Amino acid sequence: MNKMQIIFQRELAGYFATPLAYVFIVIFLVMSGIFTFDMGAFYERGQADLMPFFNFHPWLYLFMIPAIAMSLWADERKTGTIELLMTLPVKLSDAVLGKFLAAWVLCGVALLLTFPIWITVNYLGDPDNGVIVAAYLGSWLMAGGFLAIGSCMSAMTRNSVIAFILTVAICFVFVACGTEIVLNAFAWAPQFLVDAIAALSFLTHFDSISKGVLDIRDILFFVVFIASWLFASAIVIEIKKAN
Amino acid sequence: MWVVNMIEISQLTKKFDSFTAVDDLSFKVAEGEVLGFLGPNGAGKSTTMKVITGFLAPTHGSVTVDGHNIATDPIAVKSLIGYLPEGAPSYPDMTTLEFLDFIAEVRGFTGEEKQRRIQKVIDDVELGSVCHKTIDTLSKGFKRRVGLAQAIIHDPKVLILDEPTDGLDPNQKHHVRQLIRNLAKDKIVIISTHILEEVSAVCSRAIIIARGRILADGTPKELEARSAYHGAVSIRLTEDFDLPAALAGDPDVREIEQVGDSGRHFILLPVAGRHLFNKVSEKSQNGHWPVAEFHMVEGLLEDYFRHVTQDSALANAGSISTEQQG
Repeated sequence: MNKMQIIFQRELAGYFATPLAYVFIVIFLVMSGIFTFDMGAFYERGQADLMPFFNFHPWLYLFMIPAIAMSLWADERKTGTIELLMTLPVKLSDAVLGKFLAAWVLCGVALLLTFPIWITVNYLGDPDNGVIVAAYLGSWLMAGGFLAIGSCMSAMTRNSVIAFILTVAICFVFVACGTEIVLNAFAWAPQFLVDAIAALSFLTHFDSISKGVLDIRDILFFVVFIASWLFASAIVIEIKKAN
Repeated sequence: MWVVNMIEISQLTKKFDSFTAVDDLSFKVAEGEVLGFLGPNGAGKSTTMKVITGFLAPTHGSVTVDGHNIATDPIAVKSLIGYLPEGAPSYPDMTTLEFLDFIAEVRGFTGEEKQRRIQKVIDDVELGSVCHKTIDTLSKGFKRRVGLAQAIIHDPKVLILDEPTDGLDPNQKHHVRQLIRNLAKDKIVIISTHILEEVSAVCSRAIIIARGRILADGTPKELEARSAYHGAVSIRLTEDFDLPAALAGDPDVREIEQVGDSGRHFILLPVAGRHLFNKVSEKSQNGHWPVAEFHMVEGLLEDYFRHVTQDSALANAGSISTEQQG
């Protein structure tokens, strides 16, 4: 068994050994229910799709994901276990990836447990299930993007509350830069700049995936985004571990 | 006997911003040695250990363990070392058994071999009663022992323990020292401590450092011999007697120290390199001194430790004031 897998398993088991995983999943399900049925007007729209469900995911993730990510590295530094982990024969990349994947899988589990909504919409109408699968995939990729930012922010500090706030702030930037309001504020700028800002946003890429358009560029965006932030995490850990 | 230098540290320097924690440190440790790392708080003991174990990268200098350089081949070095960091950190949400299982897996053990090793360290460190308790509910002593267990689970060639007995009760301390002595046979053990009796009890060699520099290096006996008390004798008298007058003019007696307020208990310090026992014994018999108790004083490691570490502090303070003048 490779080292990354061992760390992945330890982390994942850790989530379920404490109430953290259960609280996260329950709150996630309740919130996505509220967003979909109440604010998203799931019934009133009279359409057999899950747009109201997925449309709120960026905003739901904005607060839920940093809550998981904040302890990834901050707690290791606070309890001193980072010294233990970094003196075991484990590569830093394995530790960073293993921890990230465990948190990402937890998000995936929470996402999969929203299946009653999918059953509901299939019971009520005849939705395009291909689009729904694509949207689930896109949502999970986006969750990975949020998490990767959180991993890096968590490595910056030994205080997980600070890590939480920093992660929310940076994630907000990457969500908001795709909204009409922000893009309109850049109306004076040349078009390529506006496009570049929009292209950095989770919203832009998630919207197209969630409409069922599985463009390789959107998937690549999230993959590269995650890889870059995880790489940054490793650098930050290397620099900050001694403090 | 062929002596293998398992650990070689050369010109190791570690700076944090402008603060120099370890300053041009060089030493070698051979197989079978139990090296005690002594020094006041902030002397650079933990930092040196963190560099040897690969947690911190040195600013200058190199560390090789069994021929592997920590900078170029960190995984190989880390595989050889068992390390108990200061404060014995471990994952608080895991049970003792889960934690040891995790460490054993990371160390590359699987199946029966893994079970055997976990069982062995649980027996060695006596963790049987807390196997299924989560680590954050354990007492300080048990946490320390869990930390020790994870450090020895792979039977490492090099064992580095940062204050292994800190926070343990006397029985546990005794037990841990026994364990270290048993482990030491075919390994290198480096322990840091500021409990000096521990050095005499378990170490075959001691290095005293302060301000990141080596001040003394030798066996505990050798260091004790450098103490001002080496070769001194203790005399307790049954009645009042003017001992200083009786010894006045003796060229070998450097100082007469009174112990307590009774005026009847003295320690006689010799001029360096001299022994007073026979001479004073003879004198006391010839002079019919009222002696109740008469024995030789072992050199005191503590005395020597204070002597060298404080001298270095003074020397340093001196250099600062001259700098200011300049």
